[in-house]
Amino acid sequence: MHEMSLTEGVVEILQEEARKQGFSRVRLVRLEIGAIGGVDPQAMEFCFDAVTRGTLAEGARLEIVTTPGQGWCLDCGKTVPLLERFGACPECGNHHVQMTGGGEMRVRELEVD
Amino acid sequence: MCTVCGCGSASIETGAQDLKTVHDHGHETHDHTHSHDHDHVHGHHHHDHAHAGAAEKIDFGGGLAGVHVPGMSQERIVQIERDILSKNRSYAEANRARFAHQDVLALNFVSSPGSGKTSLLVRVIEDLKSRQTIAVIEGDQQTSNDAERIRATGVPAIQINTGKGCHLDAHMVGHALESLALQDNSLLFIENVGNLVCPAAFDLGEEHKVVLLSTTEGEDKPAKYPDMFAAADLMLLNKADLLPHLDFDVGACIAHALRVNPNLQTLVVSAKTGEGMAAFYAWIETRAARAQKTAQSKGTPA
Repeated sequence: MHEMSLTEGVVEILQEEARKQGFSRVRLVRLEIGAIGGVDPQAMEFCFDAVTRGTLAEGARLEIVTTPGQGWCLDCGKTVPLLERFGACPECGNHHVQMTGGGEMRVRELEVD
Repeated sequence: MCTVCGCGSASIETGAQDLKTVHDHGHETHDHTHSHDHDHVHGHHHHDHAHAGAAEKIDFGGGLAGVHVPGMSQERIVQIERDILSKNRSYAEANRARFAHQDVLALNFVSSPGSGKTSLLVRVIEDLKSRQTIAVIEGDQQTSNDAERIRATGVPAIQINTGKGCHLDAHMVGHALESLALQDNSLLFIENVGNLVCPAAFDLGEEHKVVLLSTTEGEDKPAKYPDMFAAADLMLLNKADLLPHLDFDVGACIAHALRVNPNLQTLVVSAKTGEGMAAFYAWIETRAARAQKTAQSKGTPA
């Protein structure tokens, strides 16, 4: 969903950090994207090339670290892996699971000069 | 974060800006163009020396690290750990503060295209305008047809055209608020772009998201597009007048919705016949009164 505007959000963050931290080029952008957060990494990569053109991150590499989905099952009383958002607990089959991981959309670190 | 140009000038009542704007902004922030353009054909070959002064001067010690070690570039790792949506969130908080200051109850209406958001709003406005001050922000990719339909009821409406954007973001709404003379103690209805996916992720500063689902859509839509139903506080099941002609299972639909959001409230309504609308007005006015009460207890002028 909306990977284009998310990618534009990334470039905005880069521009802000460049002003704050005094760098002029970005060589690598490392993102953390949750596996069940609704963001498609491939679409993000596609948009990244288009959106960074003519910016301080033109030609930069994009590395996406995927974090797995997980949730807290109220019935089992423990953390369980989640393959889909709002999915059932893989152990008891109930839907009493609160998502605790896998929805991240973050810029983790940059390689700059 | 502005989807239209990525830089801060959302288009209000106008078409999308040229994509070139995005590129122009990028050039402003990268400082190679003015000082060094003659001796660097490729932007990549000069990153291990500094570009601080005039084109004639190449200062190897003027880089960020202040030193130059032969064979080593001055690349560095910057840990930033920033949420991609943090920018939108800060705009949303600014909008929210403004609503709180003016005791405005802001509702963000979301649904698929064709669920009847505009028709419902027209009905709500007609029925409530005698006792509530109302303003509307309309979001669509193109045209100001919806804003015109709203204005025909006599309340002010601002149209935001998102161009290629598939949702409203908080920055666009902030711009629209500048043009909309928002009254104290009023209601603001924001009609988002018809899209059951993207608007879920973008907080506009509203008090509640209200999701519309119509009986002509599948009853399993909450299961298929869970994010929106998880983000909303109220679901209006619209076009109830058509139920006798359809095989729509209201109970199954609500069960799907409650599975993704156990706190979701549901009302079955028809914007056409008015069925169930009184309950929705009660829902709105309870919350509007609460917004006012909060303001009074704070001691701010009403």
